[in-house]
Amino acid sequence: MAHAESHTGLIWKVFGFLSLITIVEVIFGITKPDSLHLSNFLGTSILNWLFLILTLVKAYGIAWYFMHLKQEKASLRRAIVWTAVFLICYLATLILIEGNFLGDVLSGRYTKWFYR
Amino acid sequence: MEATIATENNNKGAWTGGGKEPLGASYGKMMMWFFIISDALTFSGFLAAYGLMRYKFLDSWPIADEVFTHVPFIHGHYPMYYVAFMTFILIFSSVTMVLAVDAGHHMKKGKVTIYMLLTIIGGLIFLGSQAWEWKNFIGGTYGSVELQDGKIVQFVDASGHQIALEDFVVQSNEARVAHTKSNGLWFEKDAGSLPPYTVNEVVESFKSDATVSLRTEKINLETKEKTILSREEALKYLANAKGVVKGANLKINEYGNTLFANFFFFITGFHGFHVFSGILINIIIFFNVIIGTYERRGHYEMIEKVGLYWHFVDLVWVFVFTFFYLV
Repeated sequence: MAHAESHTGLIWKVFGFLSLITIVEVIFGITKPDSLHLSNFLGTSILNWLFLILTLVKAYGIAWYFMHLKQEKASLRRAIVWTAVFLICYLATLILIEGNFLGDVLSGRYTKWFYR
Repeated sequence: MEATIATENNNKGAWTGGGKEPLGASYGKMMMWFFIISDALTFSGFLAAYGLMRYKFLDSWPIADEVFTHVPFIHGHYPMYYVAFMTFILIFSSVTMVLAVDAGHHMKKGKVTIYMLLTIIGGLIFLGSQAWEWKNFIGGTYGSVELQDGKIVQFVDASGHQIALEDFVVQSNEARVAHTKSNGLWFEKDAGSLPPYTVNEVVESFKSDATVSLRTEKINLETKEKTILSREEALKYLANAKGVVKGANLKINEYGNTLFANFFFFITGFHGFHVFSGILINIIIFFNVIIGTYERRGHYEMIEKVGLYWHFVDLVWVFVFTFFYLV
């Protein structure tokens, strides 16, 4: 280990960035603008896609700067990130497609919302 | 950039593997990453299961904004604020953790001690907040009625806002007895304590108060709001009333689908358990810093490894926050 430089400035910048994203998420979560909330794009609303993307950006900030992935060797970083991203996307895709199917079956035929 | 990563270069330690470091990571750090990846897959399994049930009951799932509305010391309907505060606490404790790692690279024992202490305090505040959130969820807000087929109906005023049972129910003088093992079938029991009112009281009060109406779990997918019934329809629903529900537990949930409560308890509980064990590990490391273990070892890599775990807990919370409260 040669001379170690301090990263406190960068750390506070990342904190500001993560806080800003959280504030944006909370504002959207409270106001829920109809144009985004009541829309439908690829199976869910545009608002939900926005939340998902902001969450992934936050995850990137935490993993890259707090967990120091940025400073690890590229081989270690790729072994971690690519594996996890691939497996999680695979799992989520199959399970959500199945859930959508179950929902269609239930709401069409087996759930009644009236009483005599 | 290697300067920021503490490395274990001596061959004296038991687990240094003779100084060989595949992918440039020491043994301990590599194993922490193995654990984190497997734990990440566990959590994504849970969240994917939540997504499966969410899509399955897409037209009747509880709306989180109407469930988590409490803020300490303030009465009223404030969705999101408290959980946003919890998120900030956890992000901030991540910052103090990474500052501790940074100070460790400069061998500044005093700074590491202070930042570790702040991290532990942040974790404790988060855990306390979560306990408070659970308390509110278990205790319930408004109370509702369960129908024979397991559906939940809630009560609204003329403007469509939810009202609590005590806002319109008139108590009668019926004698109420909790079912106990000694005077009935041993396998039948009340789910916890007696609810505040009997079904008859609620139904009779509903009939006599024309301003109150009923709201079903059914979501109108165009407006993403729960359906409010007319008085005539509502009375047909209440003819099937089975019990009064206040609060939420693993068997019944005043906010709607029981699975919502089950997943909430399980996933936030599992995450809370991670925070708890993270705090324990942080406390152990904190005392090791104080007695100078890492000073003598010559490097503060242990802070970095524990930090990886702590940041991972924060990372998971970011996703739990999104899927339980936002989406």
